[in-house]
Amino acid sequence: MAVDVRLPTLLRPHVDGAASISADGATIGEVFGELSSKYPGLEGQLVDESGSLHKFVNVYVNDDDIRYLDQLDTKVSDGDVVSILPAVAGG
Amino acid sequence: MSFAAPLVRLTVSQYERILAHCYHGLPDEACGLLAGPVSNGDEPTGVVTEVYPARNAAASARVYTVDSGDQLRAMRDAEAHGVEIVGCWHSHTNTDPYPSPTDIDQAKWYPTWLYLIVSLRDVAPMLRAYRIRDGVAAECAVTLERG
Repeated sequence: MAVDVRLPTLLRPHVDGAASISADGATIGEVFGELSSKYPGLEGQLVDESGSLHKFVNVYVNDDDIRYLDQLDTKVSDGDVVSILPAVAGG
Repeated sequence: MSFAAPLVRLTVSQYERILAHCYHGLPDEACGLLAGPVSNGDEPTGVVTEVYPARNAAASARVYTVDSGDQLRAMRDAEAHGVEIVGCWHSHTNTDPYPSPTDIDQAKWYPTWLYLIVSLRDVAPMLRAYRIRDGVAAECAVTLERG
């Protein structure tokens, strides 16, 4: 399954400056695994040490937040758009 | 200072919407996003075309996280209007309108943005605006315009 992954500005230097890249996988976890092995700079940016989605990263499959689906086990289909957006947070 | 601090131009009705959302959110912090044009790449011009009140997913009096669905909807709406998300705003319920260490740390994700903070500590609200980059906060002047 090839999906289109859209990256925020701050992560683009890790993928040679690209705003979006194509990646394969049946789930978000697999897509992120492939991305991290291809682009080691992404390691730790999307998934935390415990293997969960990073607290301050929002990931959407098309318009759906994967936190409200199956998190990293959320299935993706050919042609899906996966958008990564840092959360807007503070204190 | 190595980055520009534009004049932030809010209309009176935008300002009122921001304040109303902040008071409505009490006792928790309230938050939202700002849309506007950019120049020189991603630099906000200071003009604000829309304010988007958002839910505070953290539901806390000490911290805020813009609800992820509200964030995506605001981004899509801004794109549809040919502008971009250029900043965010949130309330400090009991402290000065100055970026907290958490605000400064989190700003690394959106280094070009304008950060507006509304303090509700006193009877009269205080709104201040900042650019935050490389751990440094610089205040921007704010004007209120008719509309």
